[in-house]
Amino acid sequence: MALPARAARFDVDVGPALRAVILGIGLLVSAVALLGLIGLVLTQTETGFTWAGYWQQVVSGLAQGAIFASLALALVLIYRATDVLNFAQGEMATFTTFIAWSLMNHMSYWPAFALTLVIAFVGGAAVERIIIRPVEDRPEIVVVIVTIGLLIALNGLSGWIWNPEVKAFDTPFSYGTTEIAGVVISYQDLGVLGVCLATVVLLWAFFRFTTLGLVMRAVANSQDASRLLGVRVGWMLALGWGLAAVLGAVAGMMAAPTLFLDPNLMLVVLIYSFAAAVLGGIDSPVGAVVGGLILGVLINILGTYVDFIGGELRLPAALVVLLIVLLIRPQGLFGHRVVRRV
Amino acid sequence: MPLLELKDVHARYGPIRALHGVSLTVDEGEVVALLGANGAGKTTTLRSISSMTRTSGDIVFDGRRIARRSPEYAARLGIAHVPEARGLFPELTVWENLRMGAIGPGRGAALEQEAKRVVGYFPWIERRRDQPAATLSGGEQQMLALGRALVSRPWLLMLDEPSLGLAPTVVRELFAIVHHLNEDEGLTVLVVEQNATIALDIASRAYVLEVGRVAVEGTSDELQRHEGVRKSYLGY
Repeated sequence: MALPARAARFDVDVGPALRAVILGIGLLVSAVALLGLIGLVLTQTETGFTWAGYWQQVVSGLAQGAIFASLALALVLIYRATDVLNFAQGEMATFTTFIAWSLMNHMSYWPAFALTLVIAFVGGAAVERIIIRPVEDRPEIVVVIVTIGLLIALNGLSGWIWNPEVKAFDTPFSYGTTEIAGVVISYQDLGVLGVCLATVVLLWAFFRFTTLGLVMRAVANSQDASRLLGVRVGWMLALGWGLAAVLGAVAGMMAAPTLFLDPNLMLVVLIYSFAAAVLGGIDSPVGAVVGGLILGVLINILGTYVDFIGGELRLPAALVVLLIVLLIRPQGLFGHRVVRRV
Repeated sequence: MPLLELKDVHARYGPIRALHGVSLTVDEGEVVALLGANGAGKTTTLRSISSMTRTSGDIVFDGRRIARRSPEYAARLGIAHVPEARGLFPELTVWENLRMGAIGPGRGAALEQEAKRVVGYFPWIERRRDQPAATLSGGEQQMLALGRALVSRPWLLMLDEPSLGLAPTVVRELFAIVHHLNEDEGLTVLVVEQNATIALDIASRAYVLEVGRVAVEGTSDELQRHEGVRKSYLGY
């Protein structure tokens, strides 16, 4: 008699929101525990290891990771809607960052930032309508090659318009530092982390709570079914490209103060972001964000504490980690295993 | 004037011709069944109406020529097409799927009211509103697809093989609801079925398609008495 009662207790439906919160807290706790464990190992192997220095690396890793996460999320947005990896995503971000740089010669930071996002949105949507639309019905590989063409074109174009010289890019955050529980953290890192995560949360809220967001998720799920319900799929795809371009612009403007602005600003960032998206599971927005953060922290710790990696081998090291994860979990951390009948 | 009229509609998939001049009409307030074997062109006929297939010939809905426009155009005119695979969004929740029936401008307010009506027919929707549509059984998916079509307040409901893969009791329940919607609310329905027995039960008229042509047409009574139809499709 006791059995049904006990079963009923576990049967309580907590609702998807609460489940997401529980999952989030669980992830956070396990991430901190894992980082603590890595730190403990390092106390044994590294001479001159300090916990304060270690956590400082973690925080600046998170800031870098947030930039990867933004661009990775942009990649995932477009991939989910159209099954296409947009190789031009990084160059689109660089191009909009150049626009921001030009605007900042005429106005202060935040107005230029906001105006850049608007331009990025319109530009991203226009790219979809004008360049992607004509090849939309072709095999995915054709569209991918068009995006590679776009990468090269935008790279050349930004060098031609703004010349390839490296430029300094403003940051709205002061270069000072603050101390939290003995860990020195730069305002720059905190600001980058905050802006990127705020963008991601805003985007999530848009998709979760608005009708337009719902329609866009439906289009990503099934274009045919959406059209039968009266959805203008073409415009929804353009909207998706616009939002992806906004994410890219945020990533570009956050990366530029430390990486400096030149036409190749986002090339390496794009590779890390691809890695982050695949690590998280290429069809999972949550995965892209988590994957970006993990990758950022990982390369920072590896670069700092593993001597032979240093600064130069960070990218290869990240890709090795990626390969190991994919060997164990081919669909990525949060991705869906694709099951097809053959 | 009929609500929907097809005049000599041809359709092809690449080199394969699927329809060889289909003509049919659906009057407002009618249930019309489209019967026939596999490959007879039933689904293609519905897809032609929704402009999901290349066609030639005329298709007129409510006085407007709708052939070769777009699926979204047909939907916006009030044609709710529930396709064979049900057209649900597997990753969206039950409730989100339902909401997708009312996405036009100014439809938000109508949603609450329509959704209440749909939940009246399918009470389980309320209990499972937050679970992904992919987790529903086949019957529940078909009912959700029907419910979503109703939320859009259609003028013409097109159902493509609603009985496919469902248990007989579920099929009876589904057709009872469609019958009720027609009787009490005057909903116009064009239903494609291989299960001719149950389709003729609720339809006032029917067309039998054979290899892309209308082979027989008439009232349900006439078809139930028709020698060839009885032997080929009703099995007695």
